[in-house]
Amino acid sequence: MAVTEHPAPPPVEEPELLELWEDAPGLPGFLSTVDHKRIGLRYIYTCFFFFFAAGLMALVMRGQLARPNSTVLGPQVYNELFTMHGVTMIFLFNTPVLAGFGNYLIPLQLGTRDMAFPRLNAFSYWIFLLGGIFMYSSFLVGKVPDGGWFGYTPLVSRTFSPGLNIDFWGLGIVFTGLSTTVGSINFIVTIFKLRAPGMTLNRMPIFVWSMLVFSFMAIFAVPAVTLATGLNELDRLFGTSFFLPALGGSVLLYQHLFWFWGHPEVYILFVPATGMISQIIPTFSHRALSGYLWVAGALVTVGFISFGVWVHHMFATGLPPVAMAFFSGASLIITIPSGVQFFAWIATMWKGTVKLTTAMLFAIGFLLIFLLGGITGVMVAVLPFDWQVTDSYFVVAHFHYVLNGAVVFPIFGAIYYWMPKMTGRMLSERLGKLSFWVMFVGFNITFFPMHILGFLGMPRRIYTYDNGLGWGGLNAMVSIGSAIFGLGTAITLFNWAWSRRRGAAAGADPWDADSLEWATSSPPPHYNFAAIPLVASRHPLWDQRPLPYAESGEEPETGGLGPGGAVKRETPVTSGIDTRPEGNLEIPHETYLPFIVAVGLAAMFVGLLIKGAVVGVAGIGLAVVGAVWWAWRTEEDLAPSERTPG
Amino acid sequence: MLNTHGPEARTVSGVWWLMFALAAAVYVVVAGFIVIAVLRGRRTGRSKKEPKDDTFVWLGGIVAPVIILGVLAVVTVNTTQALRAAQDGELRIAVVGKRWWWDVSYPDAGGFRTANEIHIPVGRQVDLELTSDNVIHSFWVPQLAGKVDTIPGQVNHLRLTATEPGTYRGQCAEYCGIQHAHMGMVVVAEAPVDFDRWLTRRSTGAGLTPTSDLAARGEVVFLRETCAGCHTVRGTQADAQIGPDLSYFGSRESIASNTLANTPASLARWITEPQSVKPGNLMPPTTLSPEDRAAVVAYLEGLK
Amino acid sequence: MTAAGATVSTGITRPSTRRSYPTAWWGMAVLIMTEAMVFAILLAAYFFLRAASKEWPLGGIEVPKLKLAVPFSFVLWGSSIPIFWAEAGIRKGNVARLKAGVLLSFLMGAAFLAYTLYDFDELHFGWRDNAYGSIYYTIVGLHALHVFVGLAVNVVVQLKAWLGRYDRGRYASAEVFFLYWHFVDVVWLAVFPALFLSSHLR
Repeated sequence: MAVTEHPAPPPVEEPELLELWEDAPGLPGFLSTVDHKRIGLRYIYTCFFFFFAAGLMALVMRGQLARPNSTVLGPQVYNELFTMHGVTMIFLFNTPVLAGFGNYLIPLQLGTRDMAFPRLNAFSYWIFLLGGIFMYSSFLVGKVPDGGWFGYTPLVSRTFSPGLNIDFWGLGIVFTGLSTTVGSINFIVTIFKLRAPGMTLNRMPIFVWSMLVFSFMAIFAVPAVTLATGLNELDRLFGTSFFLPALGGSVLLYQHLFWFWGHPEVYILFVPATGMISQIIPTFSHRALSGYLWVAGALVTVGFISFGVWVHHMFATGLPPVAMAFFSGASLIITIPSGVQFFAWIATMWKGTVKLTTAMLFAIGFLLIFLLGGITGVMVAVLPFDWQVTDSYFVVAHFHYVLNGAVVFPIFGAIYYWMPKMTGRMLSERLGKLSFWVMFVGFNITFFPMHILGFLGMPRRIYTYDNGLGWGGLNAMVSIGSAIFGLGTAITLFNWAWSRRRGAAAGADPWDADSLEWATSSPPPHYNFAAIPLVASRHPLWDQRPLPYAESGEEPETGGLGPGGAVKRETPVTSGIDTRPEGNLEIPHETYLPFIVAVGLAAMFVGLLIKGAVVGVAGIGLAVVGAVWWAWRTEEDLAPSERTPG
Repeated sequence: MLNTHGPEARTVSGVWWLMFALAAAVYVVVAGFIVIAVLRGRRTGRSKKEPKDDTFVWLGGIVAPVIILGVLAVVTVNTTQALRAAQDGELRIAVVGKRWWWDVSYPDAGGFRTANEIHIPVGRQVDLELTSDNVIHSFWVPQLAGKVDTIPGQVNHLRLTATEPGTYRGQCAEYCGIQHAHMGMVVVAEAPVDFDRWLTRRSTGAGLTPTSDLAARGEVVFLRETCAGCHTVRGTQADAQIGPDLSYFGSRESIASNTLANTPASLARWITEPQSVKPGNLMPPTTLSPEDRAAVVAYLEGLK
Repeated sequence: MTAAGATVSTGITRPSTRRSYPTAWWGMAVLIMTEAMVFAILLAAYFFLRAASKEWPLGGIEVPKLKLAVPFSFVLWGSSIPIFWAEAGIRKGNVARLKAGVLLSFLMGAAFLAYTLYDFDELHFGWRDNAYGSIYYTIVGLHALHVFVGLAVNVVVQLKAWLGRYDRGRYASAEVFFLYWHFVDVVWLAVFPALFLSSHLR
């Protein structure tokens, strides 16, 4: 492995710095850390726990569906499993794992020492974790959500689902949505205000662009799902009638609200995944990404158009034809930005020198799978075709090609690409390639036949099917494929565990990559950069050799640029457009407050769930006390110019 | 879906084959680019300079898709209009999605009701008025037409025509609760003469009477036990509308929303242990002596 | 590649000359975007339900009364003015003006909140009665909650001012509060015409 050494940052007393930034050992440090890298890794590991849990649910379901009239599972358990599989994959794996990568990588890629709001960052993780535990605790009490992940009302109304099952789902979504919102605010401010001097918007790595689009989309979309499920919970818990037709409510309103979030959500997941691909492909093509501005523009365009397509989930609900034609058109148009990205990737490889590492294989696998998922996506935008295939296995195939193939494959690629940076150890390439091929083959055996099953008339979400329908052979094939796919993911899990102890040391820049996260050691120190790098190129590590680092200036605004800033636990704040220093942001010390507030909120949701006023009020009280305390102590790092000297 | 028996489904099938051809072409071309790029990229020398490939990017990424999507947009608009147009002389059928069966009635034929089996005449357009009084379901008979949801508080229309006689199976396509998987039905397309005879007999008669002593005893049991609390048999005191209308039960092809074939043995099983046939469904088990059970089965099977 | 590398342009580490807002202010600005979306979606839901029903308000509920709503709405909107005044003051280091402006704004906001609660008490329908009641109480109630939170933060800012934690160039948390309070007022600029005025246009 070629290791390119960049000149070390200006000499500082590193041991002293490390000590200064060090978290307390053991559990106190674990609960109170605000280090974006620890939090990011935590996100990733927690998400993968949920990923494997939901994957096991899928395997059990495939065991049930492998043969007709099978009785491995009863209908209730099956319905619970497919609900929790979808809920987990969307809310507890895909969305947060991308936030996890963003958390870890964005400050490094921007050349700064932490996120803009480190404590808020810890807070969003704790909410996510507690939200996940909240939803999964439904297994302990045997009231697992069973309304499907998008839980249409009236099925999820109190009349037709009186149990706690739906409340675990509805309240859990509101709760975890909070985490996404808080995280997105943090990303946006970090990206606009903490970039290293010289990193203008058109020099940001594409992954940063993609997380910026992710965050803005989340900011505008998440309120819709919060309201959809939140108003439904008001109906359920407090007897309002938003979605009760008998009292003037509308069940379609729920669908509009849900999909106003739901379709952007697909792109919320997909955009950062393509951002990862746009980092991996150029690195292993040894060539800058073709059409950088086209790609960045495509990401932004997707963000906008994705808010105009939600109704294509509702083509069978009897809407006026004109409305449907509009949304059908928008759904066709949204493929264009993806096409732009596609050809940018092809051009990059075409003119570059491709090295087939595991990460690159996952990227190429992604291209081949997403191509098909995109094409079937165009098909379902065509109204008359959609009426035939919607809610059939064709759609199950389509969205797994998109959400599994085009999001999970890039995430696995990202694991192989960035895990060496995060742990300091290389993953085994041999095991990695094996894992890729097993996953790729298993994926296609699993999901390709589902298209045909849809054509044969198999609806989604049925726990069994009759012998005489001729679906048995393909279903058996799908089930075998899913086992193969599962095995492939397990190989990577093993690879990760093995490399933690035995993997070769990664060095700062094992891939000869271009962005700033590779300028610091692997794993990076808590402060990321003793001195802030100065950027003059879109590819600082390729074009700026040696990479220059800033020194602290005389003025208060530039005091944080050099190692002196790291000593004071500061990171420079720069102006949003031209990245000129504006001041310094104090990186807060460890604190339990985010954890305390998150626990308070969790107690509030538990109170709502069990209708226990005492628990709920106590939770609100704890959260409010924590938040006020937090706000009070925040004073000193609110504004760069606000800190008392010394 | 590709084995179509109606013009509506056939139109969609035509759209599909057009899209399939386009999709195959696009996939081959783009995947070809990817593979060549990877292979080619493995040998050439390296240069990390900022590339100028914008022409390739916008030709492939914008111009080509716009052309293809333009074609699809035209197709969409044309077929959509064709599919949803009403015709004169339609046959109206009201379908209500229930948990987990289909209530079917013929408003133009005195409101005659049946369940899970929709008879239609071949060659005449049918206007299905779809609604629900509980959760959302979706009406789908793949060989005849696409789906339309049944939604509480609104009536949706689905127009379809069968061009050949036959029995076409359908199923609920929108997840609707524990027995979503067993919410099937059949559409029976018959020659217009046969259909008219079928409908007239049912819509004008005052109801059937037991045809044997055993069946007569069955009627007594049916009215005495819980059966009549949910079901209707026209001409008797049983007029509840919670479960399917059983007035002409004997002539139906299946039991429990196309879950079991309609035979005396499976009917006996369904009556006594519905929860093992279709776990979680809303029909409670009825405990009957063997004689009573045989009588009820004879009674219901005789209603045809 | 080696020699052709890009060089850092001189002056990129020179301090920015423009006046800048603290990062927390930007955080609040983004939070406001998502909050604005919450209200926008709720208002869209209001009009969706209205379009779907034959009568509005539903169930013979009378349209909202304007007699008190109009003057108190102007009180709320007007409460932004002392905030502008206070901000201009603290920018020059005038803490006394900050205290006075924030206090005046508090009184105006509290008056509006009192009106809202009084209005709730006067209404002849509950939020369980029908969908109109549900959406009306939810939107107005959520706005009232925002006013309440704003008043609570107002008190915190006032307290910090009295404790001498603000001076020229040191008032970030006050600045964040100002932005939030303006948002609370602006939201009412959308809610009031939608819920109160539009029902009178028939």
